[in-house]
Amino acid sequence: MTALASLFARDLRVATRIGGGAMIGVLFFLIVVSLVPFALGPDLALLKRVGPALLWLGALLASLLTLDRLIAADHEDGSLDLILMSETPLELALAAKACAHWIATGLPLVVATPLFSLLLNIDAAAIGTVTLTLLVGTPALTFTGLIGAALTVALRRGGLLLSVLILPLAVPVLIFGVSAANAGSPEQPSFATPFTILCGLTLISLIVGPFAAAIALRHGQD
Amino acid sequence: MPIMDLANPSRFLSLAGRVLPWLSAAAALVLAYGLYRVYGAPDDYQQGATAKIMFIHVPSAWLAMALWGAMSLAALGTLVWRHPLADVAAKAAAPIGAAFTLICLITGSLWGRPMWGTYWVWDARLTSVLVLLLMYLGVIALWRTIEDPSRAARAVAVLTLVGALNLPIIKFSVEWWNTLHQPASVLRLGGSTIHPSLLVPLLVMAAGFFLLCAALLLASMRNEIFRRRIRTLQMMQAETARG
Repeated sequence: MTALASLFARDLRVATRIGGGAMIGVLFFLIVVSLVPFALGPDLALLKRVGPALLWLGALLASLLTLDRLIAADHEDGSLDLILMSETPLELALAAKACAHWIATGLPLVVATPLFSLLLNIDAAAIGTVTLTLLVGTPALTFTGLIGAALTVALRRGGLLLSVLILPLAVPVLIFGVSAANAGSPEQPSFATPFTILCGLTLISLIVGPFAAAIALRHGQD
Repeated sequence: MPIMDLANPSRFLSLAGRVLPWLSAAAALVLAYGLYRVYGAPDDYQQGATAKIMFIHVPSAWLAMALWGAMSLAALGTLVWRHPLADVAAKAAAPIGAAFTLICLITGSLWGRPMWGTYWVWDARLTSVLVLLLMYLGVIALWRTIEDPSRAARAVAVLTLVGALNLPIIKFSVEWWNTLHQPASVLRLGGSTIHPSLLVPLLVMAAGFFLLCAALLLASMRNEIFRRRIRTLQMMQAETARG
């Protein structure tokens, strides 16, 4: 337990220090959100309608941005070998790393969402639902991304390949996240149905992500 | 290590060399007979001759899914038993699967143009096949990124299995999201809803497509084994050149 806790604390510390790049995701998210009106036009009614979907897309892309460092940094400085050889189960170590990564990069996106919602003219009730769906949905993105990070760990320029591998797998999360965020609109009256499925997807990814990533890492070593 | 790797594939090569001509001939014959039956099949009372594209579309859709299943089995073979041929089969299956997925999408959109009035609609089944194509392309991209074939095979195997787990979820979620396509009508509870005059040619075509796919897979596996041998020889040559 202490090994996992110290791994978690270390990852959190590394992510928030200089070179960690935790906040770049939020900055990217802000830029995506502020580019949208340039593309769609400053029509507030339109932005209000597509706003939740855009926030989800922005958060999805922003969470991809930092994933390539999730394991690759440890691979470069050799600490990954220590993690692999330690007595702590690799699955748990990876889960701890992914949790730390989510707190450092995913949670800031969620916290920034209410503020960015104002830019897209989303009303107060909808701000709540979008933020809640992102809070529940972004861990699924991180834990699915963990698999991609493990697969591309030893590659130079693995980040681009990681996005290509992971984005198709993120389709269900995006569908149910946006559906829950749009709840109350005529085409999606119910909030509970998509939201509970989104919770289910997150739970599945919490289990599958660390196991698949651990298999990939173990088999990736020669 | 390379010598051991080659031991089993050699037997496979001689077997493949003997089977392949027969398999190709059988595929050609069955496909020719299937096309003849398709030609003789009645036109749809609403869709006319356009509906006949189904005889290509449906078998390729089946194969697109079946090949991911085959890749998943091969992935298990790679991860669990470390079978050297499993990597080869998985690698050979990916481009073939992607090609059948693409054929399925193209024939579907050609059919959709006169029927739905547009080449592409964001209908559930089209979209999930599109996602399947993206996943095939991702697998091919991963194969083409990692240089060492056995390490690439293990990485791809993990991705394939995660994909196999995810594909039903993707299919379910996309269907929940939007549906317009006609539901499956050949394999379903309560019997097929297709008239025998259409069903028989469809099944013949499907058999032909499966034979074609098997022949392509076998040929492609053979090429992959040759490619690996060349790679090993080149590395040995480089080793001796270094002295």
